[in-house]
Amino acid sequence: MKVQFSDVSMRFGAMEVLQHVTLGAEEGEFLCIVGPSGCGKSTLLNIAGGFLAPGSGSVTIDGEPVTAPDRRRIFVFQERGVFPWLTVEGNIGFGLFDMDEAGRAARVAQYIDLVGLKGFEKSYPRELSGGMKQRVEVARALAVNPDVLFLDEPFGALDSITRLQMRSELLRIWRAERKTVLFVTHDIEESVQLADRVVVMSARPGRIRRVVDIDIPHPRDLSSRRYIELRDLIFGEIGLAHQV
Amino acid sequence: MSRSRLLPLTGIAVALAAWQIAIMLRPSLIPGPIAVARGIGELAVRGLLVKYVVASLFRVTWGYLAALVIAIPLGLLLGMVRIGEMAANPILQILRPISPLAWIPIAILWFGVGDVSAIFLIFLAALLPMTVATMNAVHNIDPVHLAAARNFGIPLRARMRDVLIPAILPQLIVAMRIALGVAWLVVVAAEMIAVNSGLGFLIVDARNAGNRYDLVVAGMVLIGLVGIVLDLLMRRLERLDSVRWGYASE
Amino acid sequence: MGAAMRSPRIQHSTFNIEHSTLRFVLPIITAAIGIILWSVAVKASGTKIFPTPAAVAKAITTLAEKSLLWRYIADSLTRVFAGYFAAILIGIPLGFLLGWYAPLARAINPLIQMLRPISPLAWMPLAVIWFGVSNAAPIFLIFLASLFPIIVAAMNGVRNVPPMYLQAGRNFGLSTPQLMRRVMIPAVLPRIIVGLRLAFGIAWVVLVAAEMIAVDSGLGYLIIDARNAGKRYDLVVAGMLMIGLIGLLLDTAIRKVEVWISD
Repeated sequence: MKVQFSDVSMRFGAMEVLQHVTLGAEEGEFLCIVGPSGCGKSTLLNIAGGFLAPGSGSVTIDGEPVTAPDRRRIFVFQERGVFPWLTVEGNIGFGLFDMDEAGRAARVAQYIDLVGLKGFEKSYPRELSGGMKQRVEVARALAVNPDVLFLDEPFGALDSITRLQMRSELLRIWRAERKTVLFVTHDIEESVQLADRVVVMSARPGRIRRVVDIDIPHPRDLSSRRYIELRDLIFGEIGLAHQV
Repeated sequence: MSRSRLLPLTGIAVALAAWQIAIMLRPSLIPGPIAVARGIGELAVRGLLVKYVVASLFRVTWGYLAALVIAIPLGLLLGMVRIGEMAANPILQILRPISPLAWIPIAILWFGVGDVSAIFLIFLAALLPMTVATMNAVHNIDPVHLAAARNFGIPLRARMRDVLIPAILPQLIVAMRIALGVAWLVVVAAEMIAVNSGLGFLIVDARNAGNRYDLVVAGMVLIGLVGIVLDLLMRRLERLDSVRWGYASE
Repeated sequence: MGAAMRSPRIQHSTFNIEHSTLRFVLPIITAAIGIILWSVAVKASGTKIFPTPAAVAKAITTLAEKSLLWRYIADSLTRVFAGYFAAILIGIPLGFLLGWYAPLARAINPLIQMLRPISPLAWMPLAVIWFGVSNAAPIFLIFLASLFPIIVAAMNGVRNVPPMYLQAGRNFGLSTPQLMRRVMIPAVLPRIIVGLRLAFGIAWVVLVAAEMIAVDSGLGYLIIDARNAGKRYDLVVAGMLMIGLIGLLLDTAIRKVEVWISD
């Protein structure tokens, strides 16, 4: 297992946010964690990223226990993680401080190309749309060649049309590099569209209810029977009637 | 003449006209705009215009820069170290309402009457607001940015240099502009009390040495003009690309 | 990162201590250290003039006993309130007008920008001409000093009322006076209060300067007089301390009003 959560529990004051979570992610896997608010999914990610210490239990990446943030596992926030005082170039090159000038420029150019932001090298984040800023953040994360990527509801602040576009973009970019991805979302459809496996969590206390294998090959047809089956399965797990 | 310039100019023109008329209707010691303009001309001819403006600016510059040199690092420290802020804050809050001018007796005690006293007062006036503003700016940093920096393995000193400072720069520059305004205000007051050159001195001296109220008001006008120029210059800093992002409503 | 970013473990400060009793105890410790250092410095330098903390405390109690203290405080407070409220009476309506009618604001703005950098003290000669050497002159200076921040606060308050409030008001058929009364004023009030508090802070600071010239009572007067009439620096520092404390008290009081209003 690339990433292994072993019996992780966490309390915030009197609230038990995570309870005995054991979960493994394989190398190169796209793993989605879904659940209602308060199920601890963001907390789980933060623990994996080394930003939080678990109350009990541990997380290991490649066998090494996680104790602090590290550049081998990069967190992608919502687009507000982008540094507003740096250009697109500056942002993407941010983690490459120990490369020489030429190497850095080449790497930056490569990732600008990959995320489709060619022509915007010298633009500032305030001149970009939400989706574009998100791409900058993904590029910045990938540029340092991490082993694992954590994404915490990265498309949450985008409108739904942009969200759909960004999902295909993310898959395209992911396929180019095949990093291990842990992706947290509250959007069930999103999880079925993106993930190899979906971890369904319940809230209060945060526990894993079920892990669902998404065995549909990419590109996924959103009207295919299997897609709808899996999606409804997860809806059912979460306890939602599928009507409005 | 573009429409946006017309209104302000009209406003000024109307005010000047009203002033002139008021003086003509009810003559008093206070001069009208024309007399004031002549007063400014007189100062220019006597070579005092430039001399006094420069003297005042000189004092402001020294006091202001000295304040920045201490306030910014101090504010950074207090902002980053929680204990520091908790310890110092109440004391800062007590010092804040005390007018810099209340320090005049102490300034004179320590530095005597003269330039150094005036510069000290300006230093004091700018120091506190700058420190508090820097401290607050550090507190208002989006924690996401610092977390991202840690994520990428940036060491502490580089984090301060490459993330902390750029992140607080917009707020810092606004605070610097306001502090400069305060410094300019105080220099005038300081000069009325403790020195013998400069615009503040001009006002006091013109009145004492012969009721030259045209020069008094001329001095006030010059103070206002230089103040505006200083403010505008600082505002230009706010338009730098690496800082513009910090101001809402672009 | 959501809620996790706000958990106690992730701080934007480099040191992670957070304890509510520390908040109380630390400043007291710092103040105590400060006072001790002050005392030591004074004794070590052998100055005959600069007071020790003990001397300052004694000065304050003497003043209190002679009831001069209360008279001075009362006089200072009267002046500051008079000037400040005069500024509110004129500044708020004026600011509202400027905020409501943008062209008016554009016309008058340069004047405001011109007058603002002029220290209230610079107006003193004019003030003396208009009001003579009396209580009115310092009150006028305080009025002037508070006026500009109040105008600007009122103006910005009106400008920043979300247009959708006014649209909703019109939608429900309110006439302009009704709109003002039922929508704008309640919407503006919490927004102005911060500006009013800052303006009061300015008024308080200017008070000291104003009292340094042409009056014979008050905390500012105390400071200047104590020095001139006999190098009584213990009174000077006592005056400064009281100015700081009272200023802080008043500021805190207004903050409470702020909180109360925004409920």
